[in-house]
Amino acid sequence: MPQVGLFIPCYVDQLYPRVGMATVELLERFGCEVEFPEGQTCCGQPMANTGCTAEARPLAERFLEIFGRYEYVVGPSGSCVAMVRHHYEELLGVSSGSDSSGSCRPGFEDLKKKTFELCEFLTDVLKVDRVDIRFPYKVGLHQSCHGLRELRLASSSEIMGPAHGKAEQLLKLCEGLELTRLERPDECCGFGGTFAVNEEAVSCLMGHDRIRDHLHAGTEVLTANDMSCLMHLEGLIRRDKKPLRVMHIAEILAGDKP
Amino acid sequence: MKHAASAELFILDAPRTKWHDETLWFVRTKRDRAARQLPEWETLRETAAAIKAHTMSRLGDFLEQFEANAKKLGAVVHWAADAEEHNRIVLEILQSHGVKKLVKSKSMLTEECHLNPHLERHGIEVVDSDLGERIVQLAKEPPSHIVLPAIHFKKEDVGALFHKHLGTDAGASDPQYLAEAARGHLRGKFMAADAGLTGVNFAIAETGGFVICTNEGNADLGVSLPKLHIACMGIEKIIPRTADLGVFLRLLARSATGQPITTYSSHFHGPVAGGEMHIVLVDNGRTGILKSDEFRRSLNCIRCGACMNTCPVYRRSGGHSYHATVPGPIGSILSPAQDAAKHDSLPFACSLCGSCTDVCPVKIDLHHQLLTWRKEIADRGLLPRTKVWSMKLASAVLKRPRLYRLAGFFARKIVPHLPRFMIYNRFNAWGKQRELPEFPKESFRQQFKSRKRQ
Repeated sequence: MPQVGLFIPCYVDQLYPRVGMATVELLERFGCEVEFPEGQTCCGQPMANTGCTAEARPLAERFLEIFGRYEYVVGPSGSCVAMVRHHYEELLGVSSGSDSSGSCRPGFEDLKKKTFELCEFLTDVLKVDRVDIRFPYKVGLHQSCHGLRELRLASSSEIMGPAHGKAEQLLKLCEGLELTRLERPDECCGFGGTFAVNEEAVSCLMGHDRIRDHLHAGTEVLTANDMSCLMHLEGLIRRDKKPLRVMHIAEILAGDKP
Repeated sequence: MKHAASAELFILDAPRTKWHDETLWFVRTKRDRAARQLPEWETLRETAAAIKAHTMSRLGDFLEQFEANAKKLGAVVHWAADAEEHNRIVLEILQSHGVKKLVKSKSMLTEECHLNPHLERHGIEVVDSDLGERIVQLAKEPPSHIVLPAIHFKKEDVGALFHKHLGTDAGASDPQYLAEAARGHLRGKFMAADAGLTGVNFAIAETGGFVICTNEGNADLGVSLPKLHIACMGIEKIIPRTADLGVFLRLLARSATGQPITTYSSHFHGPVAGGEMHIVLVDNGRTGILKSDEFRRSLNCIRCGACMNTCPVYRRSGGHSYHATVPGPIGSILSPAQDAAKHDSLPFACSLCGSCTDVCPVKIDLHHQLLTWRKEIADRGLLPRTKVWSMKLASAVLKRPRLYRLAGFFARKIVPHLPRFMIYNRFNAWGKQRELPEFPKESFRQQFKSRKRQ
């Protein structure tokens, strides 16, 4: 039985408990033993993305300490998992560039290898090929950028090669689910962490444009593997009273209905 | 002015912003179609990045090889440490030849050095002969894009501008008609020019020759009639061998506009018979970038503009919102290297979506470099104090799980009961156009705990 240390992003913990619970249900349904280490808070991405390395570092250190002991670390967020896998290196004292001797914090390389975003854990580690879920709705998949272009959970439209996508692969297992076709399949929603408030005008316009694309494509339920993008988009949708429901992909796969 | 404020102004004109976004997205989709036709596209990108990395690893040697070979071909080679020296060298060459009228083909380097105003101050007429460049020159504006300098102009804007300056019919906005008018106007300038100045797309170390890519043939016209040709180039434009050229030519036009190749790829090897060719090699901060492990790869840039066309922020804020010679993702890396305090908002004018990195034909990790610039800006003490303190506070709370839980608990208890005006006001940028999430009664960790107890 795979033993999973559950990594729940801070804002999911505080604002979207259902997404966390759906993640637990899914992992358990597919045979995992799930533990939620209480000491966890935030991966440190907001600080790191603002350039405040000193403020992000202690959070990265805590993360390694807390999650180091699990067989797998799984989180329902491409962005936060990308932070751990791709950006902890420099926070945890592994120098880039000139010094490649690898003065790596013990356990970090191991942590990097065993930390997964939920969808990729389901498709690549647990090899899920049936979900026994009926979801008879037109679903629009928002490709969250960090999952897409950092973790490569799907092929990005810029890179030439065969198309693939782990979230799409899972959604297609749901009976009756129809994926909508977007004009711009993987344009950013404009959330971008602190960008959402620093560049409020551009951020909201980007969000409005995504929503329009989805409405045009006939999307009834908008989903993604990052709740942060959906928080931003849902904020716009609710303000403008647009006919779109927003659900994290874990909720759909766990059997929730809109 | 910071990027966010300029962007907000740009967005005020919603229909124009939509048009700007869609126009550039159209260029991006053309690029996608062109790239898809080459099964070897990703291999080409890999190869180009490898050639550039190799070139940068011994740039000095290649530059000297280029200089020696260019001299053998009869060119005069000048070295300029900065923009000021570049402008002085060009002015001296022009003055010593008694030049009064100069035609230029597109050169972002001379934009970077602000050459035009310098020459005009010394009584030399400068005419930019690229159509887009001529439009912004007549409008007395800087280019808003490095490949499509007048992309922010609608055809009606160009019609009004040409009516004023070139005497076209009032209200005429037919692109064919306007292009013909510009062509007639520019032919006169070409005929009367005493010298031609061009940029350089690729300078080849092993031959001493260089290549200029245009779609209008204006570089060829500009340097074919006068006997004096000045070519100005940043030192990063060097490639080692002629054999490398094919890799870059195939990537450049496809990435820039979705064309298989630019209409003109003109090769120059020494001066025309009885004429003079001067090549000015310009550093202007590039060796500083070359020294840096973090930012060296930004010198790979071949100025195709693909990162601008794909950037969701650039498309919705316009080139001028960057207040820099090179806007967009690559400009937001290069400009702070010139003056970090002036351009401190640019690395933050980015949602870190990474589309620029994936589109870049020479594989510059643009969004990671933008992130690295944010750290630089923080390290140099250039972050606004509000940002510094909010991050310090957040970190202090997040380091202490009990404090974090308590803060979340009180937020969930209090916020839902606050009157709307206390949440949605001018201090809450999130809530200007967006609702806050509906605060749940319990956090995930509370739910998880009580579920276990059941």
